[in-house]
Amino acid sequence: MKQSIFTIVENEALTKDVYRMVLAGDTSAITAPGQFVNIQLSGKFLRRPISVCDWDDTTLTILYKVVGHGTQAMSRMKSGEKLDILTGLGNGYDLSLAGDCPVLIGGGVGVPPMYGAAKRLVQAGIRPTVILGFNTRDEVFYEAQFRKLGCRVRVTTVDGSYGIKGFVTDALDSGYTYFYTCGPEPMLKAVYKAATTSGQMSFEERMGCGFGACMGCSCKTITGYKRICKEGPVMKKEEILWER
Amino acid sequence: MGALNVNLCGIERSNPVIPASGTFGFGYEFAEIYDINELGTFSFKGTTREPRFGNPTPRIAECTGGMINAVGLQNPGVEKVISEELPKLKKCFHKPVMANVSGFSVADYACTCEKLDRQEQVGWLEVNVSCPNVHGGGMSFGTQPEAAAEVTRAVKAVTTKPVIIKLSPNVTDIVSIAKACEEAGADGISLINTLLGMRINLKTRKPVIANTMGGFSGPAIFPVAVRMVYQVAHAVQIPVVGMGGVSSAEDVIEMMLAGATAVEIGAANLVNPYICRDIIRDLPEVMAKYKINALSEIIGGVK
Repeated sequence: MKQSIFTIVENEALTKDVYRMVLAGDTSAITAPGQFVNIQLSGKFLRRPISVCDWDDTTLTILYKVVGHGTQAMSRMKSGEKLDILTGLGNGYDLSLAGDCPVLIGGGVGVPPMYGAAKRLVQAGIRPTVILGFNTRDEVFYEAQFRKLGCRVRVTTVDGSYGIKGFVTDALDSGYTYFYTCGPEPMLKAVYKAATTSGQMSFEERMGCGFGACMGCSCKTITGYKRICKEGPVMKKEEILWER
Repeated sequence: MGALNVNLCGIERSNPVIPASGTFGFGYEFAEIYDINELGTFSFKGTTREPRFGNPTPRIAECTGGMINAVGLQNPGVEKVISEELPKLKKCFHKPVMANVSGFSVADYACTCEKLDRQEQVGWLEVNVSCPNVHGGGMSFGTQPEAAAEVTRAVKAVTTKPVIIKLSPNVTDIVSIAKACEEAGADGISLINTLLGMRINLKTRKPVIANTMGGFSGPAIFPVAVRMVYQVAHAVQIPVVGMGGVSSAEDVIEMMLAGATAVEIGAANLVNPYICRDIIRDLPEVMAKYKINALSEIIGGVK
């Protein structure tokens, strides 16, 4: 974990309510895709935890959805403005288990961490299949970015207005070696049921601190109690207890 | 003796700043980012006789000027605290730690305290009779003078370490409860625990917190805390540890002027993990600004 000040470089709308923000600053604490950052916002007491989409030595990219006053305030921020951010939080995905042809499944705001994972898999010489799930055509984002990495990309929409009609699991066929996923809990449950291999999934919970101090986001797993923010947010399929 | 030194129940400390229980775990998350030996001490995660998972999630809600938590005393139980947490802590913290204890019966409190009494690392026992997030225990002991006194007597009977009773603000007369604890032999009083609070999600029309209610903490409760510390400190002879919304060196000084011998910092740790270290570093400058030579001289300075 590291606390530092970042400067906004870009902040643009990708869809009606999903934004992409690029921040310049010290990214040295970020070690794996699937980790998150915790952002302090003026006038808000608790920080806002947001997953890392991508990072390099000097910049951090987050994609966030406007869901309340905090993210709304973020959407109005301009380049040059500064943010106090805790970085390097959570465990992130373990990509060493991917095998030759992993599948990455992202639903809605669960898509961003899949990008960081896809990029690093491609860098390691592995070409993943990517399934991106949305409700409708207007909500689709980052399809082109995944294609640019060289991934095989399938997009699903619940109403069928774009790509394959249905849920992410409707685009999941056999032949993958491992799965990585992030999205709303009903989607995670569906992937868990449909998946024929082992895999890792990222969970969301309301957090206090985001770094393991307050026990605000604990859950029960097969291997004991875990903190979503510290031992998670990524869990292996085998350790998940759904009646959390 | 340094200008920041205070003596809490017979133990001399290099400064009055203490991270509050439940906001500092068992110290390691913070030891990863700074040397926690800069602290005078800290109060470790509330420990009970048996292990506890605590309440269902969501356990956290944002509020203006603070937050609500309903963690519900998640902890590994006193046996594991002694066999696993304290040995790990020993590697990164070399000062006496404050052991925070909770229970569901008088016997629970006594049993847990007796075990912790034998631990060399433990300097003080902070006995929480004020947790708002558990049923059939916790706060119910802290809302009636006789029940609080009974817990105090039971704990005092099993330990030679200083016993600090942590009180709830969710009462009509905090002074009568503090006095009952003092008469029962308490060596100190700490206050305030969180204020019972609640938030409702307008979309779902359900409480934000799974447990419906939780403890409200953060800067918004600071004035309530200062008032209660002032009332209690002027009514008892034993030291008072002040807490509730403290977020700056100025707040520490204000709390001490109200009557606190030491000051705990809670919710602020969750937002800025460096806050306690920063406050300790800020204190000399703020003291100079207000012409304070030694913190020990200002305790209860407001009559």
